[in-house]
Amino acid sequence: MVRLADLSETERKGMLGRIKELSGFNGAGAWITPPRLSDCRVAIVTTAGIHRHGDVPFTEGPAQADYRVIPGNTPAADITMSHNSINYDRTGFQQDINVVFPIDRLRELAAEKVIGGVADYHYSFMGALPAKALEPRGRALAGLLKKDKVDAVILTPV
Amino acid sequence: MSALGHYLEEEGIATVAISLVREHTEAMKPPRALWVPFVLGRPFGIPNDAQFQRRVLLAALRLLEKPSGPVLEDFTEEAPAPTGDDAEAFVCPVSFAPTVAEGDVAAEFQREIAELSTWHELTMNRRGRTTATLSGLSIAEAAKFVSELSENDAIPSYRKDLDILPAVRLVCHDIRAYYLESVAAQPGAKAAAEAEEWFWTKTAAGKTMFRLRETCNASKNEELQRFGLRAVPTRFTPA
Repeated sequence: MVRLADLSETERKGMLGRIKELSGFNGAGAWITPPRLSDCRVAIVTTAGIHRHGDVPFTEGPAQADYRVIPGNTPAADITMSHNSINYDRTGFQQDINVVFPIDRLRELAAEKVIGGVADYHYSFMGALPAKALEPRGRALAGLLKKDKVDAVILTPV
Repeated sequence: MSALGHYLEEEGIATVAISLVREHTEAMKPPRALWVPFVLGRPFGIPNDAQFQRRVLLAALRLLEKPSGPVLEDFTEEAPAPTGDDAEAFVCPVSFAPTVAEGDVAAEFQREIAELSTWHELTMNRRGRTTATLSGLSIAEAAKFVSELSENDAIPSYRKDLDILPAVRLVCHDIRAYYLESVAAQPGAKAAAEAEEWFWTKTAAGKTMFRLRETCNASKNEELQRFGLRAVPTRFTPA
């Protein structure tokens, strides 16, 4: 579990050291009230650094801060991960993409009409960057989500 | 993750985030977040447990029904350990008997890869996928590249159109994925932390990664220096 008390001293210092990088958000930001959950069309946006085989990996260069598109019908066998960080577990994702990218769970909830639907397209960033680095592409993504009639996004890290 | 919540919400899309590090989420105050008590890398708790994943996902989605925020709630159910998921149950699937000359780490590395190949094939057949294909090299080729680079920081990237930093990251990713996918083939080899410890401390691959880290840290090549800073997980390096 990720409780700081359970981490090694080095890991704990690293985690706490990042807090100062995360300032600048005061909690008074925008608040969008979505339709009721049973009417919500939901997309996944992850910072897990996942993408389709053959897409440009999240390694170095300008493409690091770009998103990768994951069509909702992409088979699990076609999804891989190239996140730069080595300080997190990957064996869960290797076994089952839903532990990071819960596409099958979303489909099940849509089939049961718990949610209104699942987006046609989902998106992946790599989170090992300063928060501000994702701002331009993050904001641009909103336009694509609206065209896909998305009401709400589930954001998943690693 | 939390920053994306702010950006998307400001652009008109409602968001709810899974939080793995509560302290970070408290600092960033995204509109809605569900903190979960799971290891980094597993925001929905446990692989191949649809019911558990569903409970996490639903708890997060229910936060979309809150009238105002920011909202940060806790998901308090711990991820169940899979059968055999403890230190005692972890079984290394290969013995790695010392058949090559002691000290010849590159040769040991190649032999490990050959010995793991059956286990890796079993995992691929069972899962229908592998994540050890980013570099485009075979694992034996990837190991050869890393072994050579660990002894000589002047060797070029394995591909002309790829700089040395992404090159070394991709091959190291593939090697680690190959080993961890291989050990997953055997019942009892499911404990993620033990598998990682085995990879980094008990294998020639891990030994090569530590050697690579030293070489990169001592290199005058700034790209390799950057790689050296994060070549080995923090918990296996001195504070």
